[in-house]
Amino acid sequence: MACECGNCIDYSVLERIIEESRGKEGILINVLHSAQEHYGALTPDIQKKIAEGLNIPLSQVYGTVTFYHFFTMVPKGKYVIKICTGTACYVRGANKLVESFADKLNVEVGGTTSDGLFSLETVRCVGACSLAPVVTVNDVDIYKRVTPKEIDGIIEGYRQKEAE
Amino acid sequence: MKFYRSHIILGMDTPSLLAGAKGVRDTLEKELKAKKIENEIRIVETGSLGYHGVSMIVYPEGVTYTGITASDVKELVEEHLIKGRPVRRLMAEDNSQKDICAGQQERLLDGQVRIVLKNAGSIDPENISEYIAKDGYMALGKVLAENTPKDVIDIVKDSELRGRGGAAFPTGKKWEFTYNTESCQKYVICNADEGEPGTFKDRLIMEGDPHALLEAMAICGYAIGADKGFIYVRGEYSLSIERVKKAIKDAEALNLLGKNILNSDFSFEIEVCLGGGAYVCGEETALIESIEGKRGEPRLKPPYPPVCGLFGKPTIVNNVETFANIPQIILNGGEWFKKLGVQGSAGTKVFTILGDINEKGLIEVPMGITLKEVFENIAKGTRSGKKVKFAHIGGSSGNIVPFKDFDIKLDLNTLASSDLTHGSGVILFVSEDIHINDYLKSIAKFFQHESCGKCTPCREGTFRIYQFMEKLNRNQAKKSDIAKMKDLCMVMKKASFCGLGQAAVNPFIDAMRHFEKEMMEGVKEGER
Repeated sequence: MACECGNCIDYSVLERIIEESRGKEGILINVLHSAQEHYGALTPDIQKKIAEGLNIPLSQVYGTVTFYHFFTMVPKGKYVIKICTGTACYVRGANKLVESFADKLNVEVGGTTSDGLFSLETVRCVGACSLAPVVTVNDVDIYKRVTPKEIDGIIEGYRQKEAE
Repeated sequence: MKFYRSHIILGMDTPSLLAGAKGVRDTLEKELKAKKIENEIRIVETGSLGYHGVSMIVYPEGVTYTGITASDVKELVEEHLIKGRPVRRLMAEDNSQKDICAGQQERLLDGQVRIVLKNAGSIDPENISEYIAKDGYMALGKVLAENTPKDVIDIVKDSELRGRGGAAFPTGKKWEFTYNTESCQKYVICNADEGEPGTFKDRLIMEGDPHALLEAMAICGYAIGADKGFIYVRGEYSLSIERVKKAIKDAEALNLLGKNILNSDFSFEIEVCLGGGAYVCGEETALIESIEGKRGEPRLKPPYPPVCGLFGKPTIVNNVETFANIPQIILNGGEWFKKLGVQGSAGTKVFTILGDINEKGLIEVPMGITLKEVFENIAKGTRSGKKVKFAHIGGSSGNIVPFKDFDIKLDLNTLASSDLTHGSGVILFVSEDIHINDYLKSIAKFFQHESCGKCTPCREGTFRIYQFMEKLNRNQAKKSDIAKMKDLCMVMKKASFCGLGQAAVNPFIDAMRHFEKEMMEGVKEGER
């Protein structure tokens, strides 16, 4: 049962995910996907629970989590900014965008701002090479043919949305 | 059945969505309602129409519009749908000058032939009835009723279909190996972990015609004696995942997948596995490791998957495009397929064409077309008007072909004899304003990041190549560095554990062959 203190994390969802998957072969990655979707990050505690629940070594769980870019051990910001650095975007100046975003948000690639609002990431090709360079936010909002000048406006837009 | 006077076929694949297809659809619905014609005109969402940007075809006229934005919708509705006057400025270039009834047919005359993409862009991929109406699942029914597994393998062998994932291994042979390996359990895996930058053909097949893939996997399962299939999809492909999952559910409801398919003894179920964003998982044994829930590091081969694959059992791993050919081969026979394409390289090939060109998008052409024909007739030259410098074919790990060699035929044998590869089926045209060193640096960075770290030549080699490209871009390289690079590339090609490291050096080797002089510009002043 979930603790009422407000500080503990409710693991009942995780337990259900594990319960449904127990005994199936090769289920680890799917469990990790579901767990990350629900909890936002695969913290050491969550990894321990998964290892125990599925009866596989913790080292294997940890090894798998750190191998794939998709999995993260620290929670991401509310708005995940992804800059495509595929070949087409790169030749059209994606690296300048990465620098400008890092500069404006004062985080490194892979990092999250201290207010927990933005995470900055680079991705491989998103398959929109004619719109290069492409920036996506939370995979929903798409900005095409972005120039460094537009960055302030993009960031400010989300800050305002938050303020409201 | 309800009657509509017009059908609008709207491409709703991921690139179109990125370009704003959802906004166009919403505005379109709103406009139709505002004009009170929403009961006369039906919007059908489909997969890629093969154009870049938001595209739609209006039937019965068959007029294709491309590059539509939400602000164009009002004009389209008022002019075309109410007054019957097509809006010429938005029409696709290939039909704006011609008889407007010709529509999509005309586009096919550009030298394209559609087998794999037969249904993509003409049916609603989320409606199984539309697939069935286009002879869908007929091939599966046919093999279950008429053919033994051995017959099926013979048909596929006859067709001389070769794998479309990059290695071009004869599909029929692979199936036969698995058929001949005795085991209580076998598996069919579809490799849909499409991670090459610039490649999205598999995604568009899955989004445009998911049932063709399911049908082909079931046929494969019947042929080799497997009752379980996995589709390993790249985690970022959310629309593909959604559509494939829905397709599986719909097929199961009609008993086209699941237990005792069509009342036969054959049972087959398919599960979707999500990739975690690791490029190396496109390598078949790394992919198998990943499905087993482990780090996606490649295994030592042999034994190959047809003998010892997933969970140690015989396993077929085929690319999405390879599978998508199967139903048509079963229905039309191996001979028919062989006649398309050229000797030793049967059928068609799907390419995504990109870069500085006028017509970007997804094309399917018979094997044997030349690169020049693709560039001039289908891509219609460079968009910027500048001279084209080279084409990078087959994705990041593919080959760089300079303009002077554009006469090369794009079939497996010709390419192999020139030491080139189809790779993942992307052709990126680069014009002369891009410096080769800058271009190569972006590729070097990609591989340095994506090397899985298992073997030393690839892990250290990709890192050294990136360092070298950095130096070249800062004009800090030494002349001896180029010779060292050549050595390093040979070592990686020969000694890397899997295809990632072996192929990663291809563009660098090609660049040093064709553009050495330009690369030397990055060597320190006075040392050249």
